[in-house]
Amino acid sequence: MKRTLCAIIAVVLCLVTLFVGAELETDTVVSDEPIPVSPDYDWKRFAGKGVTINVYNWGLNISDGTDGSVDVVSEFENLTGIQVNYTTYDTNESLYAKLKSGGASYDVIIPSDYMIGKMINEGMLEKLDLDNIPNIQKIGRQYRGLPYDPQDEYSVPYTWGVVGIVYNKNMVKEIPDSWDALWDTRYKNSILMFNNSRDAFAIAARRMGKSLNPKTREDVAQIAQELKKQKSVVQAWVMDEIYDKMEGGEAALAPYYAGDAQIMISENPDLDFVIPKEGTNYFVDAMCIPAGSQHKEAAEMFINFMCETSVGLANSQFTNYSTPLIPVWESLDDEQKNSPIAYPSEEVLANTEVFEVLAPEVNAAMDRAWGDIKSYSENGNGWIVPVFLLLAVALIVWNFWRRNLKIRRDNY
Amino acid sequence: MEKNKRLSLPYLIWMAIFIAAPLLIVVYFSFTDQAGHFTLSNITAMGDYTGVFATSLLLAAVATVICLVLAFPLGFYLSRLQVSTQHMMLMLVMLPMWMNFLLRTYAWMSLLEKNGLINRFLGLFGIGPFDMINTSGAVVLGMVYNYLPYMILPLYTAMVKIDQSVIEAAQDLGASMFQVLSRVLVPLSMPGIATGITMVFVPSVSTFIISRMLGGGDTLLVGDLIEMQFLGNSYNYNLGSAMSLVLMVIVLLCMSLTNTSGEDGIEGVM
Repeated sequence: MKRTLCAIIAVVLCLVTLFVGAELETDTVVSDEPIPVSPDYDWKRFAGKGVTINVYNWGLNISDGTDGSVDVVSEFENLTGIQVNYTTYDTNESLYAKLKSGGASYDVIIPSDYMIGKMINEGMLEKLDLDNIPNIQKIGRQYRGLPYDPQDEYSVPYTWGVVGIVYNKNMVKEIPDSWDALWDTRYKNSILMFNNSRDAFAIAARRMGKSLNPKTREDVAQIAQELKKQKSVVQAWVMDEIYDKMEGGEAALAPYYAGDAQIMISENPDLDFVIPKEGTNYFVDAMCIPAGSQHKEAAEMFINFMCETSVGLANSQFTNYSTPLIPVWESLDDEQKNSPIAYPSEEVLANTEVFEVLAPEVNAAMDRAWGDIKSYSENGNGWIVPVFLLLAVALIVWNFWRRNLKIRRDNY
Repeated sequence: MEKNKRLSLPYLIWMAIFIAAPLLIVVYFSFTDQAGHFTLSNITAMGDYTGVFATSLLLAAVATVICLVLAFPLGFYLSRLQVSTQHMMLMLVMLPMWMNFLLRTYAWMSLLEKNGLINRFLGLFGIGPFDMINTSGAVVLGMVYNYLPYMILPLYTAMVKIDQSVIEAAQDLGASMFQVLSRVLVPLSMPGIATGITMVFVPSVSTFIISRMLGGGDTLLVGDLIEMQFLGNSYNYNLGSAMSLVLMVIVLLCMSLTNTSGEDGIEGVM
């Protein structure tokens, strides 16, 4: 009886998954009209040659066909006949660790500025053949020749943005247009902070009027001191958990990236975004080809495709991040075009700084200081050691007692 | 006998390649610098992090004790039920484990928040709101919730073997409640207690996602520290390996402690 019941349940479950699967497939059918691309580029030269490229991108960083958007990857596959093996990562550091360990081979990756600089220094990237990427002309002047890749030899910008403060208008009295707000004791336990050392240090550094690229260990130590002072007002250190916490009104203030801030604001209209007056971090994510790519030319074709106006527009609307492609920016509606969040004015941008590669000992010092900040407590963690000792003593006494018991039993 | 040995060969090969070899690599990295030269600096650098190690051990120990206290009566109760009911109840114990670990922890996050379900419920009666999330208490709660089944199951298995007549005999000879507990029940279920302690303590001491989600990144544990070495700024896998090594030694120490007491327990059963 039981067995038949189990069998029935199993069959039902299988059917359900089948149905759900079929449902999903019908949902993501690509639109019949292929996306318009430049006619004067030989898109078809790899068609039918069985070429597969591995694209490694941030999660949710490409228009993927959900909610009626364009499925960029399958458009590319249909256009060129190149198969795309698309996978995602969540931090620059995990991308780096994966490439460094040599466990996998990729053809297109989209790291951020400082990581690109680091990879160039370590010879992990291929030089691009710009003849295969004519669309690079569409990239605005201000996004080219940035410090991490001054000659534009290795990277083509994909998105950019700034870090600012997301705040809840109902919980904050005045607009927090200074990083000081994140140290403000009035908002004790309502402040969130980046749970990654580089971004957290950047904020403290700008607040102190320092560069967000510390040059020496002394700089790191001073900034760390500032972050320790902040600890008593911070509610939590978060990354992706910020969406839930800000949208749900759990916290009043949090520093975050402009693109993601727009998503939060669209979910909860009480939220707003401000770029602090002390200046902030300006970041660029750019497309690169890692050294050892098997299909470099096909990868360059993919990069070129991503810079098509139609594709760039789809991606920009999907990810909410700002685009470096001038024709895409021009085709946005006026509200988006002049949005102070996505496309801040020249004056604001003039007061921003790009992450640079840090010396290894500065990086190590920063990580150590970060661990120190996290485990540091103003009230002192003095009680931990005594309690631990007490537990150990209790364990030993218990052990003795048991052994005693056993000896007595054996003596019977 | 010979045949049996050969049958275990696939697993032995698996173990050599995927368990023993990586462990050796961890040891190798712990004692070398980035250039591959021998050094002890990774081990000595750990001095900066004693606080983190102490917090991890303490929280894991507290979680283990709470699990033991909760699971012991429950295990006894389960083992005295009718066999058919026992299966049902065991199912209920294991039910949460069918769901993804991350999801369960995430659910606690929304329960404990300032605007979370618990605080809103208490708010109806004008109590609170309490700061429950982002404390070490929340981290311990997450550990207890996630690892409690691993304590209940071995305790239940050990206790189900205790004959009711043994308990009755003890009572018949005039043993008080406490004496039955300390002289009969605890010694006889010692193998289960030992396994349970290991199964709860080991994952608790090395967890990192619970402390991140429920501790708000404030309560840094060894797991977070190790993760930071591999996915942080400096990508210092040598230091990360050294930390893993120290953690493994601690875990081994705990296991050897509980294992010997486990043998005592088995002797008691004999």
